[in-house]
Amino acid sequence: MKKLNEFNIVIAGIGGQGVLTLAFILAEAALKQGYDVKTSELHGLAQRGGAVSSHVRFGKKIYSSLVMECEANLIIGLERLETLRACYYSSKENGTAIVFDTFSVVPILVSVFKEKYPSLEETEKILKEFSNKVYPLEATEIAKKEIGNGIYSNILLLGYAFGLGLIPLERKNLEEAIREVIPEKYLNENLKAFDLGIRKAKSS
Amino acid sequence: MKVLEKEGKKVILLGNEAVVRGALESGVTFVSTYPGTPASEIGDTFFQISKNFGIYFEYSTNEKVALEAAAGAALSGLKALVAFKNFGLNVASDSLFPLPYLGVKNLVIVVSDDVNCWSSAQSEQDSRLYSYIANIPMLEPSDPQECKDLTKLAFEISEKFEIPVLLRLTTRVSHTRGLVKLGKIIEGIKKGVFKKDKQKFFNLLPNILKMHEKVLEKMEKIKEFSEKSKANFVLKGKGDFGIIASGVSFNYLMEAMSDLKIKFPVLKLGITNPLPENKIKIFIKGLKKLLILEELEPILEERVKAIAKDCNPRIKIYGKDVVPRVGEINEEIVISAIEKIAGIKFKLNHASLEVYKKRYKEVEIPKRPPLMCAGCPHRATFFATKRAMKELGIEVACGGDIGCYMLGVYPPLEVEDFLVSMGAGEGIIHGISKSTKQKAIAFIGDSTFFHAGIPALINMVFNKSNTLVIILDNRYTSMTGHQPHPGTGITGFGEETKAIKIEDLVKACGIENVKVIDPFNVNEMVLAIKEFLMKDGVCVIIAKRECQLMAVRRKKKEGLKIPKFEVDQSKCNKCGFCLNEFACPAIYEENGEYKINPEVCTGCAVCFQICPVKAIRVRE
Repeated sequence: MKKLNEFNIVIAGIGGQGVLTLAFILAEAALKQGYDVKTSELHGLAQRGGAVSSHVRFGKKIYSSLVMECEANLIIGLERLETLRACYYSSKENGTAIVFDTFSVVPILVSVFKEKYPSLEETEKILKEFSNKVYPLEATEIAKKEIGNGIYSNILLLGYAFGLGLIPLERKNLEEAIREVIPEKYLNENLKAFDLGIRKAKSS
Repeated sequence: MKVLEKEGKKVILLGNEAVVRGALESGVTFVSTYPGTPASEIGDTFFQISKNFGIYFEYSTNEKVALEAAAGAALSGLKALVAFKNFGLNVASDSLFPLPYLGVKNLVIVVSDDVNCWSSAQSEQDSRLYSYIANIPMLEPSDPQECKDLTKLAFEISEKFEIPVLLRLTTRVSHTRGLVKLGKIIEGIKKGVFKKDKQKFFNLLPNILKMHEKVLEKMEKIKEFSEKSKANFVLKGKGDFGIIASGVSFNYLMEAMSDLKIKFPVLKLGITNPLPENKIKIFIKGLKKLLILEELEPILEERVKAIAKDCNPRIKIYGKDVVPRVGEINEEIVISAIEKIAGIKFKLNHASLEVYKKRYKEVEIPKRPPLMCAGCPHRATFFATKRAMKELGIEVACGGDIGCYMLGVYPPLEVEDFLVSMGAGEGIIHGISKSTKQKAIAFIGDSTFFHAGIPALINMVFNKSNTLVIILDNRYTSMTGHQPHPGTGITGFGEETKAIKIEDLVKACGIENVKVIDPFNVNEMVLAIKEFLMKDGVCVIIAKRECQLMAVRRKKKEGLKIPKFEVDQSKCNKCGFCLNEFACPAIYEENGEYKINPEVCTGCAVCFQICPVKAIRVRE
C-alpha cells in the first residue's frame, strides 16, 4: 500500500458505546502499518451518557490530534444523532465517507423538552449534503441478531467501513490490533463482528 | 501494560501515561495525587503498577496534602511526583510557595489545565502564572513523547538546582495518544533519611529574605540552563515573520505550516520559566513580525514584548489580538491568525467549505449533555429534595459542589443553584443562611467532604448556622473513575485500611441531628429532609448508597440478579411523570407510551415508588 501523508478519522457516539475502543484499534493498526499516529479523546464526566467523539489521525508525520472542520476522510457514527453532530468534520470536497449505525438513543432532554429528534430519512438527507459517500447500516440490530449482543456494533461497523474500502490499512493489521485491544473474554465475538461487517459490505 | 514495555520499543501512550513512564525512567519512588480530570490517569496508572514496582503511591485526602506528602518524601531523599488538575494547584498553593525556599529537590509537580472546560471545570484557569509568582521552573510538553522526555528533564532540573519543578499539561496534551520511544526504567531509592538542617529549613526572619534571594539566584542559573536546553529549539524558515509557540499550540502550528506548504522561522519553547531570554533575542533580531501562539492568558506575549523592547523595538508582536483568549485554539485559528498577519488568503479555506460551515450551523441537533446514570442514587436524593421543598411550599437556597452530582443543575431536577469549588457549597450556603431568613441546603459528595468539606461544616457549627447539609455518600470518588477515598476502606496501594465513617465525624463536630438514609427509600428521604429543614441549627443527612455503576459491576461479578422494572400499560395513565420529573435514562416515550429499557434499567426501584398511579412493576 502507498504511504499516505495523512488520514483523518472521526468516531462519534455516546459514552459507553465503545468509541475509544475503536480509536485504540485504529491507532494500533496504523502503527503496525508504519504510520505516525495521534488520537484525541475526552475523559471523566463527559462520558456519563453524553456525546463522545474521538479523533484518529495517521500519516507520515502527525503533530495535532484534532481533525479540522470539513477535513475528515472517514466518519464512523455509532448512533444516528451523533453521526449528524459529526458532519461538522465532513465535506464533499475532501471526499469524506460516513459510515453509521442507524440505531438511535433519544437524549432524555429531547423527551423532557419535546425537542425534535431527526428521523432516519431526515438524517440521511442532511448527511448527503455533506458527503457523497453515506453508508447507513443497522449495525446494532445485526449484532444483536447474529452475534447475540448489540454492543458489538462498533467492531461490526469497523468491518463494514473496511469492507467498503474506506480504511487504508491492511486487514491483518486491523485484526491484530483487535486482538491486542479487546480482552480475551470478548475476542471471539469481536473478531466475528469484524468479519460479519466485511461480509455485509461485500454483499451490499 | 504498554507503559511498562521494554526499553527501545515504540508504543502508543496517552500523554498522562507518558508522564508515568518518564517518572519511572527517572527512578521515581513516591507518588501522590488527588484524582481530577484531566490529570486522573497519572494516579490511576500508578495505582495499577506501584505495588509490583515497590513504588509508594497514595490517593491523598486533597491536593494540598498530596503535595506536602510528596515534599516530605523528597526531603527524605526519594524522587517524588505529585499530580493534580488545575484547581488542585489552587488548593495546594499554600504549601507550594515556601517549597523553593527550602531547596526541595527531586520533586516534580504535574498540573493539568482544562482549557475549554471539557472536564466539568468552573473556570478556565491558566495555571502557568503560579510558576512565575512562586519562582518554580515550568516545563510544557506538546505531545506524549515530550510528556515523557520533559518529565525526565523536570526531575533532572529539580535534582541539579535543588528546586521543585512544575510540569504543565493541558487537556489536549494529557488526553492525546501518540508514539513514544521508551527508555530504561530506573530503580530508585525506596527508603531515605530525613536530615535535620537548621540553616536550610529555617524559613523565618531574618533567614527568610536570604532564602528568597537564593531562589532568585537559582532561577538565574536555570535560565542559563534553559538557554542551552534542547527543549527550547528553533526551526529555520523563510522571511521576516516568525512564530513562538509552546504546548499544544506548537502542534497546530506545525500542521498549519504543512497544510499551507510554507515554513516560517519557529521558536518552540519547552521550558517556559525561566525563559531563554538570549535565545528569544537572537530569534527575533531580524524579524519584522512575530506571532505568539498560546492558549488562555497572554503570558508569553507580555514577557516576549518586554524582551523585544531592548533588542528589536520596531518588531510588531501579535498575540491575543489574533488568537482568542477564551477557549482552545486549533489549526483553523492558527491559519486565520497567519492570514491576518501575513495579509494573504490561503487557498485552503476555499469558498465551498464556507458553505458547509454555514450549513452546519443551521442544522438543529439536540444536545446530549452528560447524565446521571440509570439508578444513580444522586438522582433519587435530588428528586426527594425537590419533593420535600414542594410539600413544605418553601423556596430553599441549594448549594452544589464538585462531583457527578453537579449534574443536578440540569433540568428537570435543577436542584442546585450554584457551583464554585470543592467544599464551597457548604461555605457559601452558610453565608446565605446567616444573611437571609431563607432555608438552606448544602449538597456535598463523600470524597469532596473529606477533601474540603470538614472545615466548612465545623464553621457552621462554630458560628451557629441554620443549615441542612446533605452528604451524598456513594463510597468512591466516582466522577473521576471510582478511586478510593478515606471512607472507602482501601488505600492507593490496594490494601485494606480503616474506613472513616462520615456519621462519626459529623457527630464528633457536635451535630446532633444526623441521619443516615438510603436514597432509594424515597419516602424516608423526603420525610427526613422536611423534618430537618424545619429544625434550627446544623442538621446532616448522609445519603448513603454505593455508586450504581460499581454496584452493578459487583453484582454481576457475584452472579447476583439485577431486577428490571417495566410499565404496566393497562395501569399507566400516560401522565409522563416518570420521564419528565425523574428523567432516568432507562425511561423513554414511544408513540405516546412510556416504557423502560430493560438493557438500561439497573433495578433501583425509585420509579416504582414515585409513579402516581402505581403502574410500574418488576419485570418477570
